[in-house]
Amino acid sequence: MSDMIRGRLMNILIPLIAIFLAFLAGAVIMLFSGNDPIQGYAALISGVVGEPYDFGETLMRMTPLIFSGLAVAFAFRTGLLNIGVEGQLIVGWFTSVFVGLIIDVPMIIHLPLAIAAGALAGALWGFVPGILKAKFEVHEVIVTIMMNYIAMHVVNSIIRGQLLESGQRTGFINPSASLESQFLSELTQFSRLHWGFFIAIGACIVMWFILWKTKRGFELRSVGYNKNASLYAGMNVKGNIVASMSISGAFAGVGGAMVGLGTYQYANILPSFTNIGFDGIAVALLGASTSLGIFLAAFLFGGLQQGANMMQAGAGVAPELVEIIIALIIFFVASGYIIRWALGRMFSKKEEK
Amino acid sequence: MDVVLQILYIIVPAGLIAATPLMLTAMGGLFSERSGVVNIGLEGLMVMGAFGGIVGTLMFESFGFGALSPWMGILFAVLISAIFALFHAVASISFRADQIVSGVALNFLALGLTVFIVREIFDRGQTDTINTRIFRTNVPLLSDIPVIGDLFFSRIYVTSYIALFIIAVVWYVVFKTPFGLRLRAVGEHPMAADTMGIKVQRMRYIGVMLSGAFAGAGGSVYAVTIAGNFASGTIVGQGFMALAALIFGKWTPFGAMGAAIFFGFAMALSTSAQQLPGLQNIPQVFFLILPYVLTILALAGFVGKAEPPKALNQPYTKGSR
Repeated sequence: MSDMIRGRLMNILIPLIAIFLAFLAGAVIMLFSGNDPIQGYAALISGVVGEPYDFGETLMRMTPLIFSGLAVAFAFRTGLLNIGVEGQLIVGWFTSVFVGLIIDVPMIIHLPLAIAAGALAGALWGFVPGILKAKFEVHEVIVTIMMNYIAMHVVNSIIRGQLLESGQRTGFINPSASLESQFLSELTQFSRLHWGFFIAIGACIVMWFILWKTKRGFELRSVGYNKNASLYAGMNVKGNIVASMSISGAFAGVGGAMVGLGTYQYANILPSFTNIGFDGIAVALLGASTSLGIFLAAFLFGGLQQGANMMQAGAGVAPELVEIIIALIIFFVASGYIIRWALGRMFSKKEEK
Repeated sequence: MDVVLQILYIIVPAGLIAATPLMLTAMGGLFSERSGVVNIGLEGLMVMGAFGGIVGTLMFESFGFGALSPWMGILFAVLISAIFALFHAVASISFRADQIVSGVALNFLALGLTVFIVREIFDRGQTDTINTRIFRTNVPLLSDIPVIGDLFFSRIYVTSYIALFIIAVVWYVVFKTPFGLRLRAVGEHPMAADTMGIKVQRMRYIGVMLSGAFAGAGGSVYAVTIAGNFASGTIVGQGFMALAALIFGKWTPFGAMGAAIFFGFAMALSTSAQQLPGLQNIPQVFFLILPYVLTILALAGFVGKAEPPKALNQPYTKGSR
């Protein structure tokens, strides 16, 4: 077997093995807590594909996950770990809703404007750690974590001070900025599925195009592989770092806009993080930072989160089991070294025979 | 002058109380990061600690330990958080997983696992409230000193003093003992340490497990003094703030302590600034984001450059160059 084919095979095998191991661990936990794993997983699956409504909600849930996954993956291709997707998504959510609220123009202008506003806000939130990394060599992970909290507190305080309509949220956005789709909703028994799903598919293609078909994308990946070689080849490494974080933030910001303009139609005071951004790390890892992989991983995690409700109702399993499974998938994918090692041993033994 | 003192009598104890869990958790982060392992998972370890503190206290209460229960609960939390930290240790040290990703997973896992168990035991999303909390006390004699007594020795939890004492011990251990020297050597230059016969992997395992123990202490102290019960919203961000304190304090025990106390004051001010003359015009959000903004500025070198241990975030493979 040539090394190249083996490498490809490993890239597909490791995520699958990681998923399998995590579900296995989930089953063991269910057994220990006195639940029936088969019944539990049956309920989980029926909670995703059982009714058109569930499937619609799953697609709705995976929409922002695709964006957060793309955001993490994009930065990762340049060798950066963007833990700040959560904060970038929050400011994107808020800014897009803000534009949706205060402006009143025809949809053809309003909707793109609102989404672009979300992208811009997210890009700005990504630009700050990017420029700090490029200029002062500050590690982006810590800065982005701090930026997450700043995003949450600032957005909450603006909503609380200026835009509070009822309870903990702003008013509903103008219909001209809404991604709501009566057609998709009726198709899925009135789920909250909206046009954003197709924008997300488009975003997958955009990321693939930027990374693999443009000069900028080549430079970004080159910086990710080897900073010094890229510098020697005359690339602007610092500029690429800033660009990568900003584009990554823009993806996250659009993801936030999908939540604000599509799912909820408003922004609300967040008592804690949405976790969509953090889940993006899992999505990107599992999807091996490729567009198709991210789409599939987002479907898995969206399905897990949607199916968790049915696990509770149908099999009496606490929905937090799904969070445990997601965490374990991250652990196992991240520990790919040991899976690779184990598989390598198995393969080499077979070849000896 | 009296007004100012009245304000300080409220703010200083409140700040110290808010700072205590941060200080303890930051000490945990110090052990892990000084050994060369990034620990984004402090938040999750604190969640585990808060969970262990409450469940442990409830357990020991039912065994009839009475007022001792919360102290036993804290010990229980220290133990299970140290064990829980093994996830991070095994993944990032033995399996060479990305330390940051592994830490993120640890945070997810802690929240999922604890709330799952709480639901299984209590049939709802939060635990019962513990009966035997650790309450605020006045220190005998010292609290009678005018001004200082009211500022630093009145209406405060004993745990805060214990935390200050522990920090002194941590400083001694890390900077004055052979163990501390080895720990730091492993974090700065693992290959040189290995050459000198120090077991790099073992030191890192110890560092990460100690981080679990201390973060567990921090989380459980928060739970048994301030919160009183455990739910998914008990620990929201304190772990990350402790990490910030560690960085702002430049990876030293007393630096981290100072940063934690400073952050504690910012937190106390954010909740009580509205009642204070001269401060009520400053929006609350400034106090809320102050710790995070300062950390970013510290890292960027505006408030004195923060230099991490050199081998931080690098897995060590024997024989590599």
